[in-house]
Amino acid sequence: MSLFWQVDFPALLAAGLASGLCALLGNFLVLRRESLLGDAIAHAVLPGIVGGFMLAGALAASAMLAGALAAALIAAGAIQVVRRLGRIEPGAAMGAVFTVMFAAGVFMLEQAAARNLHIDADCVLYGQLEDILWLDAPDISALPREVWTLAGVFAAAAAAVLLLAKEIRLAVFDPAFAAALGFRPGLIHLGLVLFVAAAAIASFEAVGSILVIAMLICPPAAARLMTDNYRTQILLSIALGTGSAFAGYGLAGFAPALLGASWSLNAAGCIAVVSGLAVAAAALFGPRRLSFASAAASLGRG
Amino acid sequence: MTGAGDGLLEALTFQAGYNTGVVMAGSAALGAAAGGVGAFLLLRARAMAADAVGHATLPGLVLAFIAAGALGAEGRALPVLLAGAALTGILGMAAAEALTRRTRLAPDAAIAIALSVFYAAGIVLLSWVQTLPAGSQGGLESFILGQAAALSAAEALGLAVAALLALGLLLALFRPLGLLCFDEHHARARGWPVAGLDAALLGLGALVTVLGLQSVGLVLVVALLILPAVAARFWSKRLAGIFWLSVGFGAGGAFLGAAASSIWLRAPTGASIVLALGLVFAASLLAAPRRGIVAEAVRRARAGWQVRAARALQAGRGYPGAGLFGWRRGGRPTARGAAAVARLELWDRCLAEAPEALPAELAWGIDPLPAEALALLGKRAP
Repeated sequence: MSLFWQVDFPALLAAGLASGLCALLGNFLVLRRESLLGDAIAHAVLPGIVGGFMLAGALAASAMLAGALAAALIAAGAIQVVRRLGRIEPGAAMGAVFTVMFAAGVFMLEQAAARNLHIDADCVLYGQLEDILWLDAPDISALPREVWTLAGVFAAAAAAVLLLAKEIRLAVFDPAFAAALGFRPGLIHLGLVLFVAAAAIASFEAVGSILVIAMLICPPAAARLMTDNYRTQILLSIALGTGSAFAGYGLAGFAPALLGASWSLNAAGCIAVVSGLAVAAAALFGPRRLSFASAAASLGRG
Repeated sequence: MTGAGDGLLEALTFQAGYNTGVVMAGSAALGAAAGGVGAFLLLRARAMAADAVGHATLPGLVLAFIAAGALGAEGRALPVLLAGAALTGILGMAAAEALTRRTRLAPDAAIAIALSVFYAAGIVLLSWVQTLPAGSQGGLESFILGQAAALSAAEALGLAVAALLALGLLLALFRPLGLLCFDEHHARARGWPVAGLDAALLGLGALVTVLGLQSVGLVLVVALLILPAVAARFWSKRLAGIFWLSVGFGAGGAFLGAAASSIWLRAPTGASIVLALGLVFAASLLAAPRRGIVAEAVRRARAGWQVRAARALQAGRGYPGAGLFGWRRGGRPTARGAAAVARLELWDRCLAEAPEALPAELAWGIDPLPAEALALLGKRAP
């Protein structure tokens, strides 16, 4: 089997799935003005991942997933407590909670390294797409574990969004009305937090947990600046996300080659930069980029 | 463990070596400055802007490293690196500001975008630098999670002086910034340059962030600016209280964390400092007398108990604890008990007749109703 199928294809698959998944979930964060919650969860899951890893003794996906979910729940709960009791603005409350949890995670990473349990800080900070290989191509069952995890979480998220489409739409745009009608917008919010945590852990081996933030927010933000339609925004953001994944991966691998070099750039970083460029383009040229106030102002002037 | 305890005591009393002592003192100065700036950032609701600055410093660090190498500088050239960091850090913050102002994206989305994209650009540049023949770029990676131990005494001293200068500048602007945080319209009316003050505050935030990069790392440096201020907020609601408590917590936490990291090999510096500050934060969250979790739980339990006691008294029955409150003696309600029942009945009336006037902040059924609610009830006589 050619090198493309063994090396590039699984990486592209993982990157594409991770980006699409994060883009899908990120829409609800951006629309609810909770983008920093994505930042917070992506950082806060670290102690959960390392804890699960240390308890299970190996890269046991289910132990790390359980740890990540627990950490996300603890973080979400702690943020609420800090906001209510301390009368502290949401951003600072999130910042206080997730930095302490991330520091705890870094501390635990050091302890794990001391016991020769090797989980890389690098992996967490910028992912390792290069390590996602399909050596036994074309045997589908031999696809790397990361791809299966991502596919699973993506399928679950897509199913949840489709099944609960109306409830989610209501909870996102008018939670008070949803509560008055007897729906439980709080549960939907909780579900969103858990899915973001699952996406973060599924993606961290592909693109690293900090780059997950870029993929959560940039594609939906770019889509938001291009359309007013809710469904169009969601579909467009997934397309932009996966597009950034392919373009970024290509850039990382082939741009240096074009300049005559034999090495490649960090793929996850390139993917995030491409998605950032998409936001920049949308901010400059997107048909719906203006806020109501600035649009009105420009109409008045023109 | 006694060995570790002794080592910590040594470090805390400046007996663990000159270098360690200077680094610890430098961390304390940094913590103090970060606490001070952070207090104003918190009150201005701009705490997360510092996160954007922190992550956005990465590309600047790498570019400065390349530039320093190209200009033939040997070694690490900390001031050059920090200058590069400051440049892209401020650019990142400006990008977030531009996105907020010119598009319909909300400020939180703009910060998240700037933070993650600049950081990613830094990672890409880092991956390129790692292929260049010049060695020692491993030092660059220490900026991500911090490594105060790598600071020389001279560097630590320089950072400490810069931090104290920042604190001094903040004190000079104390009153205008305070007015800005609590009454922006008044500040504008008095002719203070609001935009300029905001820019100065954010600039000081960026400065402290850059100074903290080496010890705490760019991912965690925002914690220095947020944790002490948030902890202080649990203890005080006045500007001076929040400010000085924040300065104290920042200095103390950073000092403690740096000491712990210097003697325990398996304690990474940035994480140790943040965890020490986190301990202060957690202690404040739990134990603060008015806003802490314990105080809140006690308050709720007491209020619930009192409501049940008043209800029982209203029905002519006794209730365990009514004697303790001074509401019942010898099987009959006292004057204070009768007053408590009267208050409860007023709340019941308010709920039935003027529910919109029910105050949200008071203890239901226990606290006296405010004058507006009473006036409304008076007008709507049954």
